[in-house]
Amino acid sequence: MQNLRYARQNETVGTTTETGQDGGPNTIMQAQTDVAEPAPMPGDTSNTREIAIDARKISKIYRGEDEVRALDNVSVRIRRNEFFTLLGPSGCGKTTLLRVIAGFEPPTSGQLWLNGKDISRLPPNKRPVNTVFQNYALFPHMSVANNIKFGLEMLGKPKAEINQTVEEMLTLVQMQAMKARRTSEISGGQQQRVALARALAPKPEVLLLDEPLSALDLKLRKEMQMELKRLQHETGITFIFVTHDQEEALTMSDRIAVMSAGKILQIGSPQEIYQRPAERFVANFIGESNFLDARLSGGSVTLKAGGTFPVENPANVADGDVSVLLRPEHAFLSDAEDALPARVETVVYSGEATSMHTRLEQSGEPVKLRLANAPTGSGMPEEGAQVRIGIQPGALSVLKD
Amino acid sequence: MAERAPFSVQTIPGFAAIAIFTFVAIYTPLVILVAFSFNAGDSLAIWEGFSLKWYYRAAANEQVQSAAIRSLYLAGISASVATVAATMAALATTRTRHFPGKTMIYALINQPLMIPEIVTAVALLIVFAWVKVATGHTSMIYLIAAHTAFCIPFAYLPIRARLETMDDTLEKAAADLYAGRWQVFRRITLPMMMPGIIAGLMLAFVISMDDVVITEFVKSAGQDTLPTYMLGQLRRVVTPEINAISTVVVFAGAFLVTIFFWVSSNRR
Repeated sequence: MQNLRYARQNETVGTTTETGQDGGPNTIMQAQTDVAEPAPMPGDTSNTREIAIDARKISKIYRGEDEVRALDNVSVRIRRNEFFTLLGPSGCGKTTLLRVIAGFEPPTSGQLWLNGKDISRLPPNKRPVNTVFQNYALFPHMSVANNIKFGLEMLGKPKAEINQTVEEMLTLVQMQAMKARRTSEISGGQQQRVALARALAPKPEVLLLDEPLSALDLKLRKEMQMELKRLQHETGITFIFVTHDQEEALTMSDRIAVMSAGKILQIGSPQEIYQRPAERFVANFIGESNFLDARLSGGSVTLKAGGTFPVENPANVADGDVSVLLRPEHAFLSDAEDALPARVETVVYSGEATSMHTRLEQSGEPVKLRLANAPTGSGMPEEGAQVRIGIQPGALSVLKD
Repeated sequence: MAERAPFSVQTIPGFAAIAIFTFVAIYTPLVILVAFSFNAGDSLAIWEGFSLKWYYRAAANEQVQSAAIRSLYLAGISASVATVAATMAALATTRTRHFPGKTMIYALINQPLMIPEIVTAVALLIVFAWVKVATGHTSMIYLIAAHTAFCIPFAYLPIRARLETMDDTLEKAAADLYAGRWQVFRRITLPMMMPGIIAGLMLAFVISMDDVVITEFVKSAGQDTLPTYMLGQLRRVVTPEINAISTVVVFAGAFLVTIFFWVSSNRR
């Protein structure tokens, strides 16, 4: 095992050196291409300047008995002043990407640019990037104020400026009263605030947050979500937030990158990710989904369960047999002729809505419906009842499998 | 359902008796030693009344004075040097990537603990005898070198234990906050490992103060430490003066340990 670990590290070092050797000319070429090439977003000159983090084809490979591709050719551009979330199940590579950006892990290949500079080979202490760690990593032998002061002192800021910034940060996270306390003498939520203040104090160009809310209880977590949004607005710093909690990602983010097995599957606004997921994995990971078999032909689908509907096709899947997504809240009970006949299997009441599990008569596929409850609380079909299911216009979306 | 009491050794029959017997067995000889240090007579067995005369006599004894000073000087220097070396060794075996032979080095650092002291003593006697003959040099340097060497593993163990329980994300966090390698060490690693270093230093100091076998073999004429002086005295007339010296040593040791616990609990 130990030999194996050594071999892996050796491997990593070797590969990094290799990239280092041919990195010089490549870097210049890349930079030139970047200026010449129009950015994928409108208004290219201003846009290049609006990019904070530009990760280019980053791979992180752990070699051992089994080769693990923690990051597999990941490219992503994160805009300035953006609340950007890396979302995915554990082991998907989101934390590895964060650690590569922070400088704790050298990438096996690829480049990392920050505000127009290649920082791929800079150590963590030379990167204008700060991290809020999952376990906060507050210095236990220092007071709250000294924790916040640390980064500023290391940057060699003048004393007056340091003290002023510390006061500002304490005010920003509402911890003035606690500044002389040891970090072991304050609660988890307060430690969270101190960790944020400490990371924000040096005014980093990018703030990295590694599942910072996962240790907090639900109520505190909701509060801190709002708090983080507020801090991001007030400071204007780019936030890169790592989480496995889809709801957290949807409520907080400007844009979300959904990751799985070391790859970014889709990048988009919360609405795009939720309503127009490109792949089955993304649809499944975020929210509840129904998948229906269908035949795609020129912008509309004919469901196996019957009926032809216009369809969204975000991943530009070619005509043929496809899966389409139907969110449970976009299906409804209908009397219309063209609605799909189905049989009710289970009905689950959950306060503001009722979840109904049905099976389509023609295809035998299960379909979940989420129906808003009427104030009178009546009118829901019973189990075993025959119903017809309507689909809201624009609800269907083709998935790349 | 009846609730079962959680397992506790206190409920085992004879627990109190065994505990009391153990403490009595450990401390009775010490209590007797301390008691007879206050004996007014010359005997270690017959109580002739309370007196501090053996303390005055020990304090006034020039041989005791010089042996005590030599012991403190030797333990002070050896323990300090050993602790510095042990700190570096602990850092090298915990705060580095895996390198070939790392386990081997770990074993080598601790090996002196397994070697019987008498073997080390004989080996040192032979080697230092050559060196002394070759150079004609007979200062304390041999004792300092020997003590430093056997103190290193004792200092190393608590320091390494401390480093291993320390979360290395703290060091990552410091690097993330623009601290260079030296600053990370100076501001985070060193203060965090301080309780381990103090424990290692004290352990090394006590081990050096206590050593008889190696010191007896390595010392040159007129280089008696407190333990070798006491051993020498026991071969001749035994008076409660030995008890008085021992009592002072015991309480000085207890004092040191108390200070250490006080310091390390205040750090948390």
